[in-house]
Amino acid sequence: MRALPRFYLASVLTVSVLGACTARSTIDPQEAEVQLAKAHAAFDVVYGVLQHPRCLNCHPAGERPLQFDTSVPHTMNVVRGDDDRGMAGMRCESCHGRSNAALPHLPPGVSTGWRLAPREMVFEGLSRGELAEMLMDPERSHMEPDELLEHVEHDPLVKWGWSPGSGRRAVETPHEEFVAAFRTWIEAGAPAPQ
Amino acid sequence: MKTDAITLRVNGVSHELADVDPTTPLLWILRDTLGLTGTKFGCGMAQCGACTVHVNGRATRCCVLPVADLDGAEITTIEGLSPDGEHPVQRAWKEHHVPQCGYCQAGQIMSAAALLADVPKPTDEEIDRGMGGNICRCGTYTRIRAAIHTAAGEGSR
Repeated sequence: MRALPRFYLASVLTVSVLGACTARSTIDPQEAEVQLAKAHAAFDVVYGVLQHPRCLNCHPAGERPLQFDTSVPHTMNVVRGDDDRGMAGMRCESCHGRSNAALPHLPPGVSTGWRLAPREMVFEGLSRGELAEMLMDPERSHMEPDELLEHVEHDPLVKWGWSPGSGRRAVETPHEEFVAAFRTWIEAGAPAPQ
Repeated sequence: MKTDAITLRVNGVSHELADVDPTTPLLWILRDTLGLTGTKFGCGMAQCGACTVHVNGRATRCCVLPVADLDGAEITTIEGLSPDGEHPVQRAWKEHHVPQCGYCQAGQIMSAAALLADVPKPTDEEIDRGMGGNICRCGTYTRIRAAIHTAAGEGSR
């Protein structure tokens, strides 16, 4: 897939804000500051969603998934395993099916199958700046920016956060607002907050 | 709510289920419709493992698994694990006298068989991880672990 020109955009914004190389910059420094502030505001929306239990619980800092609205370690000593889908004999799919159960307190499900994010794609415990840098590092996020956008907009496992089934708090920020903020931040060069 | 026919293949036999509520957990189809009562109801919340069967070879808690999600799936219950009860895990279970009250044991055996299918020589840690979702009120865990090692051909440790 084609990657967005994030490094170019980020460079222009950064250089302009710092006031360096103004002779070659085509962006007014004040305007650049406004754009940077908008990008950071958009990322605040993104960050708030990614720190929500529905997102955070499957992006843990370690081998154990989290659960519940309190993001506590998963019961039964569940661990991610080599493919992020559990251990032999006790896979994610051992309990998580293809749809949410109708009754409360039952394991949720999703059409594409339950799984953890890759162990490098951590949300838990990261500051705004750290999370932004992780997302823009394909070695850790395993995605280029346009793939990230596709992921947050269309992946059923992501969208499950807005329809988590009975007894779980859904992500409060509307999905469309989250995707729009993510797009705004990436198209502004994905600047990491300091 | 009723649905069109669902095809389940259980222990190598195809079953056409007509006029079934699609949210019915597989457990009740097995027990009430097909008469396969070896699979037990424990908690009804996928929390104890007593209802474990294999779905396409994977250990799965069937007490919360809607039958509508299983059209065309290959399901194995404790009755189908072996034709004569001589699966290596079942033999090891007998050798080690694993069951006490026995209620959870069908689920324990199905999880152990799934574990060994993926990891033929599991370590203690791999056994503990793979069997962590199967609860035994009688506390037969040490015998379960020993029997899995025996079934793996390693003998008791």
